[in-house]
Amino acid sequence: MIAEIVIFLVLLLLGFGFGRLAEKRHYRRIREREDAYRSLIVVPGRVLPSQYVHHQSRLVRGNVVISVDYFKVVVAGLRNLVGGRVATFESLLDRARREAILRMQAQARECGADAVYNMKFETSRVSGNAGQSVGSVEVLAYGTALIPRAG
Amino acid sequence: MLISNMEIVPGKRVKKHLGLVQGSTVRAKHAGRDIMAGLKNIFGGELKGYTDLLSEARDGALERLSEQADSIGANAVVNVRFSTSAIAAGASEILVYGTAVVLEDM
Repeated sequence: MIAEIVIFLVLLLLGFGFGRLAEKRHYRRIREREDAYRSLIVVPGRVLPSQYVHHQSRLVRGNVVISVDYFKVVVAGLRNLVGGRVATFESLLDRARREAILRMQAQARECGADAVYNMKFETSRVSGNAGQSVGSVEVLAYGTALIPRAG
Repeated sequence: MLISNMEIVPGKRVKKHLGLVQGSTVRAKHAGRDIMAGLKNIFGGELKGYTDLLSEARDGALERLSEQADSIGANAVVNVRFSTSAIAAGASEILVYGTAVVLEDM
């Protein structure tokens, strides 16, 4: 019994410590790359302005599977008792979405695009390990990259 | 094969609609990767193995989509959508579908 509590607390602490550190680092990396890709427009709309009439189009996508940490699982579990916002999972999904967009932008820039139109998100749960209820989420971002024709 | 998730392609006109085409793959997870994922569930962070796995699965699905479109004489697939579903514990299906069309220059 005591051993179980100790294991639980150790996992909780590990999750809290490493999870927060990873999140902080990830957010810093996300912000740096978002600044770098600022010039590559991403639009969820599908109406093309006339400047893109002679561009080539190509499907681009970016995906990321991101796992929750143990601390977040426990906090979310407690949240379930009283209801309300689950802030710990909100930041997780925010990171995943922004990361997916960044990877899509990287792919678009690689093929020389100057905009990505009709961007769509898809979120799905990657089933957890046997017996564990909470696993990880996958976020996919995809859209049509518009590439200026040479000459 | 031009693949786009928009219904119009700049500079091109749809000459002929050929209907729905689709491609799908079902992938199972790797046991070794699963152990790593279990560790990651304590510390949090990206599961690179799964990211790559799902990305490869989508490449496969897109390839099947273009093969199908090719076999009915299309030169493009427009309005493409992705869909993912966990069909069993440890396996997920990746589906990609769209409208096969014949495009011509405007």
